[in-house]
Amino acid sequence: MKFVHDIKADVTADIVYMMCPMHLLKLDEMIKEIEVGQVLEILTDYDGALEDIPGWCAKTGNEFIGIEESEDYYKFYIKKTVA
Amino acid sequence: MRKCYLDHVATNPLLPEVFEAMLPYFKEEFGNPNSVYDLGIKAREAIEKARAEVASLINVKPSSIIFTSSGSEANNFALKGIALAKQGQGKHLIVSRVEHHSVLNTARSLEKMGFVVTWLPVDKYGLVDPETVKKSIIKETILISITHASREIGSIEPIKEIAKIAKDKKVLLHADGVATTGNIPVNIKELGVDLYSISAHQFYGPKGVGALYVKEGLRIVPLIYGGIQEGGRRAGTENVPAIVGMGKAAELARANLNDRMNHCMKLRDRIIEGITKIPNVYLTGHPQERLPHHASFVVEFIEGEAMLLLLSMKGLYAASGSACSSKALKSSPVLLSMGIPTALAQGSIVFSVGIGNTHEDVDYLLTEFPQVINRLREMSPFSGGWGKGSEGDKCYTGG
Repeated sequence: MKFVHDIKADVTADIVYMMCPMHLLKLDEMIKEIEVGQVLEILTDYDGALEDIPGWCAKTGNEFIGIEESEDYYKFYIKKTVA
Repeated sequence: MRKCYLDHVATNPLLPEVFEAMLPYFKEEFGNPNSVYDLGIKAREAIEKARAEVASLINVKPSSIIFTSSGSEANNFALKGIALAKQGQGKHLIVSRVEHHSVLNTARSLEKMGFVVTWLPVDKYGLVDPETVKKSIIKETILISITHASREIGSIEPIKEIAKIAKDKKVLLHADGVATTGNIPVNIKELGVDLYSISAHQFYGPKGVGALYVKEGLRIVPLIYGGIQEGGRRAGTENVPAIVGMGKAAELARANLNDRMNHCMKLRDRIIEGITKIPNVYLTGHPQERLPHHASFVVEFIEGEAMLLLLSMKGLYAASGSACSSKALKSSPVLLSMGIPTALAQGSIVFSVGIGNTHEDVDYLLTEFPQVINRLREMSPFSGGWGKGSEGDKCYTGG
């Protein structure tokens, strides 16, 4: 897992306390709304996202920048690299 | 025998238009809203249409409405969901003493879990003083929960003033809007609350469905875990016919609100005027700032359950205390918190009118109710007074 700090995101989706698979649905929805080169930040407390979000990035070809742990949730950073 | 339903705070009859709107979703349109084929899509569209109607009734965005199984679930969800989500910032809540059991008992369960609750006192009308709210807020306060109007005494709380204080102090405010939504104008943007509970059967929709308004961007821990229904915040396959019914009832309530209020207020005022003429009967709750369909009283020397029984034998259906406590045979905590003595609080009675009631219904009530009181007082050992320390000369309306 890649741990990162102070990444500047262009868009944030706060899905803390929302149930699985909201992290994937939100990711899919938000990635369509941003431009290539922009960074999406997903806030979630769902442990399953630790596998799912990097996996989704590998599958779709978008860049998984890394995660930052914050209090009781995670911040995931994804750069849109595929139009 | 004439039958007069005067217990609209307990529940309302379903409107025929609402029933018609629900019917297809029991039969041909039975799809699961999460299915991707056309049956599922139609059910999903029906839910989203209902969400838009409910949102429109209280002037919020549709995405901020979460459907629940009842107003009680919405209240549980608001208190527990916010307490658990924000416990890292503090474990202090402020709750009024005139709340419905679904708020009172949820707050008590949170106390058992280690949260600290400040129970707000009320005045003789059952109203919370915004200044008391302000003084009760501490650094650890995460949530204030105050009913918009009590179903038991009808008083409408100063939510707008309390919301300003809450916003200023950066504390979340939840209001239980079960008694108000669909009965008085509710504009969340003007009220300024962060969470608001609603129940469909209080505005001629079906039972078994409610909603919680959650301000956009607010984190809330789910009560029910499972799938991604309601945006991943409330699991369980949606009760599609009930949600559709709630949407239709919301649409009708918004269109007809003023007519309904005017109709009910005329009947309510006649009931209050007629019943307060009976000796030793007092209006409870605020004389003006009250629900348009609500008339509540305490009757000295007799007991609420006995009145309900005799009234029901005459086809008059009413309530004593809150609907849920009428079988508990104990004095209502709401009335006690207003300073009404225990013995007098036993004589609580609530008449709540609806759009189906007529002036003839009120005539019938005003003819029969004094006879019921007289008959019970004749049997009452206290009819000559409470004895030592009599409370008989007190008026609880202050008027």
